[in-house]
Amino acid sequence: MKQELFETHYQDKWQAFEASLSALESRKRSHKAADVSAFAEQYRQVCHHLALAQERQYSPYLIDRLNQLALRGHQQLYQSHTNIVYNMVYFILLGFPAAVRREFTFVAIASLLFFGSLLVMATLTYFEPSLVYSVYPEGAVRDFTEMYDPASKHRTESTRTTADDFAMFGFYIKNNIGIGFQTFASGFLLGAGAIFNLLFNGIAIGAVMGYLTELGYTDTFFPFVVGHGAFELTGIAIAGAAGLKLGYGLLCPGRLSRKQSLIQAARAAMPLVYGVFFMLLIAAFVEAFWSSSSYLSNTAKYTAGACFWLLVLSYFGLGARHEPK
Amino acid sequence: MLDTYRKLETPENIDLDIHIAGPLVRILAFTIDTLIRTGVQIALLIVLALLGKVGLALWLIITFVLEWFYPVLFEVLNQGQTPGKKAMNIAVVNDDSTPVSWSASIVRNFLRIVDFLPMGYITGLISMILNQDFKRIGDLAAGTVVVYRDQYKPAPKWPDSRSAPPPVALNLKQQRAMLSFVERQSTLTRERQQELANHLQPVFQHQNQEAVDYIVRIATWLRGGR
Repeated sequence: MKQELFETHYQDKWQAFEASLSALESRKRSHKAADVSAFAEQYRQVCHHLALAQERQYSPYLIDRLNQLALRGHQQLYQSHTNIVYNMVYFILLGFPAAVRREFTFVAIASLLFFGSLLVMATLTYFEPSLVYSVYPEGAVRDFTEMYDPASKHRTESTRTTADDFAMFGFYIKNNIGIGFQTFASGFLLGAGAIFNLLFNGIAIGAVMGYLTELGYTDTFFPFVVGHGAFELTGIAIAGAAGLKLGYGLLCPGRLSRKQSLIQAARAAMPLVYGVFFMLLIAAFVEAFWSSSSYLSNTAKYTAGACFWLLVLSYFGLGARHEPK
Repeated sequence: MLDTYRKLETPENIDLDIHIAGPLVRILAFTIDTLIRTGVQIALLIVLALLGKVGLALWLIITFVLEWFYPVLFEVLNQGQTPGKKAMNIAVVNDDSTPVSWSASIVRNFLRIVDFLPMGYITGLISMILNQDFKRIGDLAAGTVVVYRDQYKPAPKWPDSRSAPPPVALNLKQQRAMLSFVERQSTLTRERQQELANHLQPVFQHQNQEAVDYIVRIATWLRGGR
């Protein structure tokens, strides 16, 4: 068949296919199912025509045009539509604890690094308070000492308004979730970035904890941190685990090619990253509106804090014990 | 091969041509996106500053979203194109040329901080240059690739001409060259057309404008015209 005949013969079909493509690509997803019922059929036909045109060496313009149509059709046909609400509920109920269970080795190593360095640094600083200056500059030490000083506590807290709470909420989201994401991504450097972030944050938090405990500011410091700590500290540990997973995939590909191993590790780490986002969001909320509240007694904060820790630990300990298929 | 076209075999058993986007066009797209993002941040800071502390909170949250999710949201919800990519006519797709998924988009955009190291996306640029598909680290980890979105081109106007059978048997490749010459005619100067056509003088025995006209006649014949 000569090209001209071929073109006149199928021109209408290509135009019809192009019309259904435009309908599918337009951002409004309001197209009716009937409009695209012929889509697969049309797509197969265009593929067939492209193959013919290539084989018969028709003119480049025609082949380009058919190639473009087939490519656009390919992208529409092979995309996946997901129900985002269902996915989120499923993820929180099952997917996240299942992912933590699946990557338990990395979660355990990351937790050990983070909580280990935190406790060691806290103990060291408790017995040798001057160590805090090797982590923080003098001004910062003065700032947080003043913040948690029981004598000045009342004064600062009574002036704190709801607007301040909101401002802090925004700050915690930007800063803390950003740190979580960075910890994950920097794990690409053979895990070194994740390890650095885990140790750095562990030591920084441990130093404050040991220093303030030694000063005897326990009644102001611990009620503040116990609540959101449950979500924030575990969140950071899991972010580290996701980073370690990524770095390990690059470092030890096993029987896969290094590139393929990296892709798979990144894919496996994603549920952990979603989970980190979710946990640090809760942490930011609790920290801004609950932990800082001056109306709540320390007993209430300790009780709630204990409940939060119990909730988080049982969520990971009991959730998704039977791995979902 | 020094070629930015890749063949993609589909389940329908045909080869599609994919046109990979290089570093320069991607840098331009990134620059446009950065300008837009910074502009929005500054504009919002001015507006939200009027709302006091609550405004500050909103600004921090929006900045956070812009910083981490600006490319993700656009790529997933807008057919793989951020505004900058749209302006440059390129798009992100999975390696198999299907639309990019949430996870893949998040991986490739979060790993920007690795691509950025030690400064100014040097790692990403080196990775792009070393990789045959111009992938930066984020693309490698996510299994994505940046491709050109070909614009619809109007059909080239076929000249009105009589047809003539070729004086010698032409194989498929040669036939295609004839057709291609006529389709490209409007983009070439008259002198260049003649120069190209003159290469065939030993076969077709024509010169200059006559040679051009003769090729058009043969191509018309090949295409099926009378």
